[in-house]
Amino acid sequence: MTTLPSSTSSVRDGGATAPILSVEDLFVEFRTRENTVNAVNGISYTVSQGETLAILGESGSGKSVSAQAIMGILDMPPAVIPKGEIWFEGRNLLTLPEEEGRKVRGPGISMIFQDALSSLNPVYSVGFQIGEMFRAHRGSSKKEAKQHAVELMDRVRIPAAAQRVNDYPHQFSGGMRQRVMIAMAIALDPKILIADEPTTALDVTVQAQVMDLLKDLQRETGMGLVLITHDLGVVNEVADNVAVMYAGRIVERGTVDDVFTSPAHPYTEGLMNSVPNVEVKGGRLQPITGQPPNLSKIPSGCPFHPRCARRRLGADALPGRDCAGDRPPLRLVVPGREAACHYSEEVLGV
Amino acid sequence: MTESQQQQDLRHDEVQAGTTTGLASPSVDVTNDRQNSLWSDAWKTLKRNPLFWIGSVFGVVFTLMAIAPQFFARGADPRSCDLANSRDTPSSEHWFGFDQQGCDYLANVVYGARSSLIIGVTAVLVVLLLGVVVGAVAGYFGGFTDGLLARIADIFYGLPLILGALVLLRVGPSTDIPIINTRGPGAVALALALFGWMTAMRLVRSQVIAVKSSDYVAAARAMGASSPRILVRHILPNAVAPVLVYATITIGVLIAAEATLTYLGVGLQRPAISWGLQIDAGQDLLRTAPHLVLFPSLILTLTVMAFIMMGDALRDALDPRQRA
Amino acid sequence: MSEPTGATAASAAPDATDVESALPPAPPPGAPLLEIRGLKKYFPLTQGIVFKRTIGHVRAVDGVDLTLRRGETLGLVGESGCGKSTVSKLLVALEKPTDGSILYKGRDVAKMGGRALKQYRREVQIIFQDPYASLNPRMTVGDIVAEGWSVHADIAPRKGRLKRTQELMDRVGLNPDFVNRYPHQFSGGQRQRIGIARALALQPEIIVCDEPVSALDVSVQAQVVNLLEDLQDDFGLSYLFIAHDLSVVRHISDRVAVMYLGSVVEEGTDAQVYGSPSHPYTQALLSSVPLHEPHLRGQKDRILLQGDVPSPANPPSGCRFRTRCWKAQDICAVEPPALVDRGQGHPAACHFAEAREIVPVDVD
Repeated sequence: MTTLPSSTSSVRDGGATAPILSVEDLFVEFRTRENTVNAVNGISYTVSQGETLAILGESGSGKSVSAQAIMGILDMPPAVIPKGEIWFEGRNLLTLPEEEGRKVRGPGISMIFQDALSSLNPVYSVGFQIGEMFRAHRGSSKKEAKQHAVELMDRVRIPAAAQRVNDYPHQFSGGMRQRVMIAMAIALDPKILIADEPTTALDVTVQAQVMDLLKDLQRETGMGLVLITHDLGVVNEVADNVAVMYAGRIVERGTVDDVFTSPAHPYTEGLMNSVPNVEVKGGRLQPITGQPPNLSKIPSGCPFHPRCARRRLGADALPGRDCAGDRPPLRLVVPGREAACHYSEEVLGV
Repeated sequence: MTESQQQQDLRHDEVQAGTTTGLASPSVDVTNDRQNSLWSDAWKTLKRNPLFWIGSVFGVVFTLMAIAPQFFARGADPRSCDLANSRDTPSSEHWFGFDQQGCDYLANVVYGARSSLIIGVTAVLVVLLLGVVVGAVAGYFGGFTDGLLARIADIFYGLPLILGALVLLRVGPSTDIPIINTRGPGAVALALALFGWMTAMRLVRSQVIAVKSSDYVAAARAMGASSPRILVRHILPNAVAPVLVYATITIGVLIAAEATLTYLGVGLQRPAISWGLQIDAGQDLLRTAPHLVLFPSLILTLTVMAFIMMGDALRDALDPRQRA
Repeated sequence: MSEPTGATAASAAPDATDVESALPPAPPPGAPLLEIRGLKKYFPLTQGIVFKRTIGHVRAVDGVDLTLRRGETLGLVGESGCGKSTVSKLLVALEKPTDGSILYKGRDVAKMGGRALKQYRREVQIIFQDPYASLNPRMTVGDIVAEGWSVHADIAPRKGRLKRTQELMDRVGLNPDFVNRYPHQFSGGQRQRIGIARALALQPEIIVCDEPVSALDVSVQAQVVNLLEDLQDDFGLSYLFIAHDLSVVRHISDRVAVMYLGSVVEEGTDAQVYGSPSHPYTQALLSSVPLHEPHLRGQKDRILLQGDVPSPANPPSGCRFRTRCWKAQDICAVEPPALVDRGQGHPAACHFAEAREIVPVDVD
């Protein structure tokens, strides 16, 4: 592997290998006639071999947009990337010309989406669509491609793969379609698999099966898995590390164990408190007041401050740490944990 | 406990809604300041479209021409004719020259706008009425009613617009059916509407079927609202956008169709003033006095284009994909 | 607890003096208010365009027994295709049952005449899942909330409607000054509140909540759940809470019923169903729920179901769950198990029902 420039992230989970993918200070804006939407505002993260990184955020946090920027599937007007670098296999994906970018990304980074039905072409059989990966990128013949397709369908545990390879997407259930998409995504042995809300549209029993499959595949291939979701349970059960996003920024980062057990940012804390438990009935929920911010009018200072129960303004605030005026940088709070809050130590209770 | 927590929640929500700003920072305003209906949003989009302005400028000009032709005709009377001026070419005094009879041509073309517009607009109003009523009934009630009405529309679809109107107008005077048995603008408008309502019906019907299954219609029904109330209050306002676009464009189309029918001899008859009649009269003199065909054709084309442009702009403005 | 002001307050309202109620008054809190017995809804599958032939039926709801008591929340969980949405539509009379009965205050809804049915529609309201589709985009918020009063003219006199609308908006956490705004100017959570205000306007007894928070962000879900709970305390409402998120259902419900392929397979209090699930499907369902506390990771029994949900047009004979069940025996294909208590303390529809702790009983 070629050497990569040093990442701005200083966080490493225990025993990780060098990063395969490195996003550095990425900004993405959507410029329309009326306003500019600041979807991503300076995020940096890395993914190593065998690592599962969860990007946790609600709607409007910018989590999907950053992944789309990596994949190069943003509509370039109105989207604009004014700043940032995405390093993969020693190359900055954002500076590559289109054709070369496709060649680098195609076999190396794959993505699966939320709604498998609209991601699959309804007029072609499933085997044809999976086989296309081989015909397009490896020059395989139709026969070879079909063989590979059957193998892959077996690998993603679709029963009776040899018989079902000629079926059409609508003949599969939701969970099976998701597996077909996973098969397409791992066809060329990618180094990184990005899963954008892969289980949101699925029933909980099917969700468990799909997440199990993803984890097993990751163990077999050693690929890096980026899991974009808003589901805290899925993050806890599947991911090693988590980056919490809010208003286009990463507001907390660390291992899942650490972050979920003792959050260092009031937003993460608020999320953990507002989610009901399945193992006990619990008392009244403590929601985060207000609603997610309008990305074209992000609040000054800390973007979370209008909703923060711990905010300090004016006279209450320490110098240079006024939640409404001074934007908190993402900083190391305790070893292995970064948070973008002026008062993280209080949140942690240290 | 509950009370103060609630109040806190409420107050925070109020702040987020953009009213009270108890915060030092600029408030995060998730809702707009003014009331914004979907129509006013569409209007904003419309205003930005140059097609809309070109089309409506022409449209307004031609409408004024129809309402107050004397100003556009520069005071000339289309019927004061002097054979001495027959077929004279345009001059600075008479912009369009004179026709075969020696009448001021500018005046004639301008007065021709009136009948064309009246027929076009009347016909479209009838098309809208028939289309909306039949389409809404077919779409809402479905089943046998829908099947019956759709088959009736199919039958009418089999008859081409011009051919059907032509036959009806030719045969009409010999029957006893009111309006149709005259040879005036009413007959022409009715004939055009009778063979042109089906597309409007189809547009309304498909929108009604789509809207019928919305949750808000289900909510109204669950609440006990009656069918007429649901149709008028919930379904129709959300179903008419495509048919309005169609109607605007159709005004232009039917104006052209009227000119065609009149040219063919079954529409308006002399001494009515119509572009179709003018084109018909002028075609034999195309080589010697081309201005006799040129001017009415030009104005006719511009009028039709104006409405089609407005309709196009309206379609873009009402496109649901552009709405948040 | 203070006297709840539900629909029974109609008699105390100044307007309803001489309008005789077509339905009896509500029973005391805790007594059964809505009883569903053997409810069935089959949708015909047709073939042909002009002359339609019925070639089969989709058995969306196939024998459901439920009881909703006054002032309580009954949670209804199940995965897609289990029929819970159809049950909600049947309860608000948007669909007619194929068989079985819905008894409201002791009277069969299917047999209700004009006036009684109208009152039923007033007293049983519904909140929908999709905040973007459940409000007419061309009506102002005020009109949406007040529409019920135009349909049921005896609840609010015309003069005071604006004020009452604003009070309702305030009550659900919306700024009353926004009464003339349109739905698209509000966020998802706020739109859901508008839907709740619309339901409250008619002073109902029961609100059927059809996945009311599933489409909302996590941080907003909790707001709406709290709101629903507060409203229940204030107005003595009864909820049928339909959802697929098992954590939310446990939090808000007093009793829970689990549905699979058209019928209820297990029912009981939240402690019974979540703490000692007895039906294999409930056990599998609970084992799939991802827990969000790190210290609980790996403490759950993992049960992976095989296969797919069978088609509701062609359900398996006998017990519908047998095709995916690890306990299936010959008897399961022959005799459909009844929903009765088999010694676990709450009813379960399984010949081999056995309580098993799936979710760690965590006393935090």
